[in-house]
Amino acid sequence: MNHAVVLPLLLPLIAGAALVVLHRAPPAVRRGVGLLSTLLMAVAVAALGLQVEAHGLMVYQVGNWPSFAGIVLLADPLAVLMLGLLVVLALAAQLFATGGEDRHGPHFQALFQFQLFGLAGAFLTHDLFNLFVFFEVLLAASYGLLLHGQGGERLRQGMHYVVLNLLASVLFLLAIGTIYAAAGSLNMSDLSVRIGALAEGPQALAMAGGALMLVVFGLKAALLPLSFWLPRTYSAAPATSALLFALMTKLGLYALIRINTLLFGEDAGALAGFAWPWLFWAGAAGAVFAAISALAARRLRPLVGQLVVGSAGVVAMAVGMGTQAALAAALFYLAHSTLTMAAFFLLADWIRRQRNGGDVLFRAGRLEHRGLLGTLFLFLALAAVGLPPLGGFLGKVLLLAYADPSGQGVVLWSVVLGVSVLNLVALARSGSRLFWQPPLPGAAAVAGSGTGAPGLGERLALALLLTALVAVAVLASPLARYVAAAAGLLQQPGQYASAVLGLDPLPSTEPQ
Amino acid sequence: MSLEFLLASGIGALAAAGFWLMLRARTFDVVLGLTLLSYAVNLFLFSAGRLNPGRTPLLRDGVAPLLSNYTDPLPQALVLTAIVISMAMTALLLVLAIQARSANATDHVDGKERGG
Repeated sequence: MNHAVVLPLLLPLIAGAALVVLHRAPPAVRRGVGLLSTLLMAVAVAALGLQVEAHGLMVYQVGNWPSFAGIVLLADPLAVLMLGLLVVLALAAQLFATGGEDRHGPHFQALFQFQLFGLAGAFLTHDLFNLFVFFEVLLAASYGLLLHGQGGERLRQGMHYVVLNLLASVLFLLAIGTIYAAAGSLNMSDLSVRIGALAEGPQALAMAGGALMLVVFGLKAALLPLSFWLPRTYSAAPATSALLFALMTKLGLYALIRINTLLFGEDAGALAGFAWPWLFWAGAAGAVFAAISALAARRLRPLVGQLVVGSAGVVAMAVGMGTQAALAAALFYLAHSTLTMAAFFLLADWIRRQRNGGDVLFRAGRLEHRGLLGTLFLFLALAAVGLPPLGGFLGKVLLLAYADPSGQGVVLWSVVLGVSVLNLVALARSGSRLFWQPPLPGAAAVAGSGTGAPGLGERLALALLLTALVAVAVLASPLARYVAAAAGLLQQPGQYASAVLGLDPLPSTEPQ
Repeated sequence: MSLEFLLASGIGALAAAGFWLMLRARTFDVVLGLTLLSYAVNLFLFSAGRLNPGRTPLLRDGVAPLLSNYTDPLPQALVLTAIVISMAMTALLLVLAIQARSANATDHVDGKERGG
């Protein structure tokens, strides 16, 4: 069996465990171990990507148990794409944390590695219950990171975030129990075969389970009726957590894509694609609502939070079209928007620290490094709205080009274009307020008291994200081909089933 | 009364009490509510393998290894995992609730009394 699949999981797990032991070591040592582990993980993900490119689906039977009985890990192009985004964001977050955030508590690096472990596991696992376990791992770590360097406001938002996610976990377990009761398996490929063959009674149960999953992952992905927690939590979070949060909403979308293509995909008989219209309309409503809320934002970080909700809405809408081309465009846009939002959170944190009014979008203190920050803001605003020359433009063009011009396509066109205009207005207004409006006379006296110019690590973090953003635009053609292939594969659950269920465990190595 | 009815109404009562407590605005009530909800879910998971009174999930000699002769071991394993996870999460939530209580000087989930 090829161990490349399990390596991106083992590295952060081992490093995290080591960092728990090393929590009294000097900060530089802990920082070094953490960075080294993430770098190694990046190498492992790259190697895994090359192998998936060469061999197609890679299946790993944990503990050498046969697929129907044990837990199976599976690496496909979609998982590799998400893992790639994960390591880029993780490196950026760790570089940014060298600016001081990692000294707020002794366990920052360990928690960070455990969160990487949970995220990577959620992307790689092919088992519903195991997905739940990895979600809990990453959530437990994210609670720790969110409450690092806590204050009253952060505790309050943390409380809401933890309770909401625990409730989501409860619903997730209900969904898992329902699907197991209906179909008798938890392996996603096994389920894709079994759900299509269900009788009418169990079929209704399986659909109820699928609908519960829609609620659970809709909450994680912040789709409309379940998105109200996000902007406030994200704006109370430290920059490093916010950066990973930018990926965690996309993890919800990833799980929605995974479950609705495998469990309720082409082979699911009467249940095939039952969730797509729900996703489409929830995404559309969420995108519009977030765009309007962005106009009303009084601070920069809640504004970025609304942009995150909006981009998740656009992706969900495209996924909900249910066609391969739309799914490919959604994945392309997902990659771009994750990087953009992550960079935006870092920039917002810089601005907040350098301005005595924080990130209030009103006359507050004067900014240092106004030219640099303003240019970066302009760049990221263009990326977030989806104007040329960056990848967001290409993602939106792909979306619009493949949208069927009837029915849902009309809605998609209007929502994507309308939301872009509203976001453009919101960002142009907040940019001009942040950078051009002179501070109130009273505020001028304390202006410039901003502490800490961005350090080297923080600059490197932003540079890394910007490079990745530019790379998405420059390498748009290979990336578009890649996501098209990934989406094509997702539309054929049969391929997954034959790869997973057809794989025999290795022969025993014990002497006979 | 059948076992199914007893179990289903037990799950229902626990879930109803849990949701009611969760909708109250005090952190301790919310913690209790989540605990009750997780009990309800654990029982629900347990029942996902169907109720087979008097059967064990352990293989015995002379009895064919079919699900009709045994009770399904997988939901029991799932419940064990879920219990461990929910216990850890409850502990974390309690710590958080105590911290929030001392930082905000109130046990309201919003960190401040209504209108205050």
